[in-house]
Amino acid sequence: MGIPISLTVNGTQRRAELEDERVTLLDLLRERWDLTGTKKGCDRGQCGACTILLDGRRVNSCLALAVSHDGSEIITIEGLADGDVLHPVQAAFIAHDALQCGFCTPGQIMSAIGLIREGQAGDDPERVREAMSGNICRCGAYIGITEAVLDAQARIDARQALVKAA
Amino acid sequence: MNRFDYVRAGSVAEAVEAAGAPGASFLAGGSNLLDLMKGGISRPARLVDITRLKGLDGIERLPDGSLRIGALVRNSDLAHDGYIAQRYPAIVEALLSGASAQLRNAATTGGNIMQRTRCQYFYDPASACNKRDPGTGCDARGGESRLLAVLGWSEHCVATHPSDFCVPLVALDAVVEIEGAAGRREVPLEMFHSLPGDTPHIETVLAPGDLIVAVRLPAEAEDFAAHARYLKVRDRTSYAFAVVSAAAGLRLADGRIAEARLALGGVALKPWRARAAETRLLGREPTDAAFRDAATTALAEATPSGDNAFKIELARRVVARALTLAARGTPERLPALPASPFADSFGELAHV
Repeated sequence: MGIPISLTVNGTQRRAELEDERVTLLDLLRERWDLTGTKKGCDRGQCGACTILLDGRRVNSCLALAVSHDGSEIITIEGLADGDVLHPVQAAFIAHDALQCGFCTPGQIMSAIGLIREGQAGDDPERVREAMSGNICRCGAYIGITEAVLDAQARIDARQALVKAA
Repeated sequence: MNRFDYVRAGSVAEAVEAAGAPGASFLAGGSNLLDLMKGGISRPARLVDITRLKGLDGIERLPDGSLRIGALVRNSDLAHDGYIAQRYPAIVEALLSGASAQLRNAATTGGNIMQRTRCQYFYDPASACNKRDPGTGCDARGGESRLLAVLGWSEHCVATHPSDFCVPLVALDAVVEIEGAAGRREVPLEMFHSLPGDTPHIETVLAPGDLIVAVRLPAEAEDFAAHARYLKVRDRTSYAFAVVSAAAGLRLADGRIAEARLALGGVALKPWRARAAETRLLGREPTDAAFRDAATTALAEATPSGDNAFKIELARRVVARALTLAARGTPERLPALPASPFADSFGELAHV
């Protein structure tokens, strides 16, 4: 008999029976539900490759026990695009060449979305770099990443201003 | 990671009882505990999940002017609370200089206080460590010791406490509220962590089953809001533990120091309150000479525990600079790099 849990992942309710209480959200996403966009880098909360939005906030999914987060809402990299239309942060990463090998990119993008939602960095590149320091990029694409986050944030702000005006 | 029994506590009383069993640990944010379990450093037989407990995630001002922070309040929620930033700015600066945004979203108030040392010998199960496995020795002595303790250490353990948050908390006389088998009790944070002595495996005053339910700041903690800073020297600019850090708070009156608060991080197995240095500053003008004098006093009893004599001089300079920054005044907005010595823009001052 496993431990039954239920999560909303990218808008869809999913259920699982955990036969092992040690399963992390990262392993649940990747190994049970084949959502392999979320990457396992260090598996110890140091690299940020496994970043997801958990109840709207960016966290390291490798350090979250699935059983403890029963009932939560998760957004992963797979839940961002609307069909063929990329999320503004995804589009900005491409436009600014903000990656090389791409392994850290899903975590970078999820972290950037968390950062924009937090609304603390403004248009200051130093604040963006500081707020993205939990995501390591071994290819060193940091300059492009910072530009992409700033650009995406400006686009999202502009879009929201338009919605408000209308 | 070992297998464990998972218990989801429905009430504080249930949590305390469930965690009284041998080998039980509380689970909150999990950001330190799961890391320790993955490394085989912690092997709890039972995890008591306290994340669903009601009433532990609030920040409230009590009638006597003190502030009560629930044990489950996330580091990021506390740091981004405007009320906290206005009244306890050094706490916010310390919180935002710690870990990463992702970890601050998971880490809790109680968990921050309970986090274990990052001594690399403690973290390596193949190394001898009196804290991890009592009586096995300490491979940190004579090993890679540059980041280890210079105050309060013993021949049995030279580890440091890694928290940033605890440094301003201890400077501001924070009190830890604990629920245990015998009911509710309070312990000043200054007395909460144990120095290693010959029992480095005993880290706090908590007994099995004891649960931190809140941290309280007395009303006087607000008195330093206009002159409070946290300064943290790290091996890299962001997302690193302190080599040395200091929280400084001043209350100035008629151009003199009416009251001073000072604590250091990264130097000992507990957040280190420097009371003698505080006393030394009373009645003096906030000058470089006074701050250097206080720094000398703060480190008077420091001795290297290995290749870390540099930390003593570094700590003196960090103390003097933290006091200098505090005297200059709390900035209206925190610098882009909170607590960093590289933050060169001070902007507008708050509370003027």
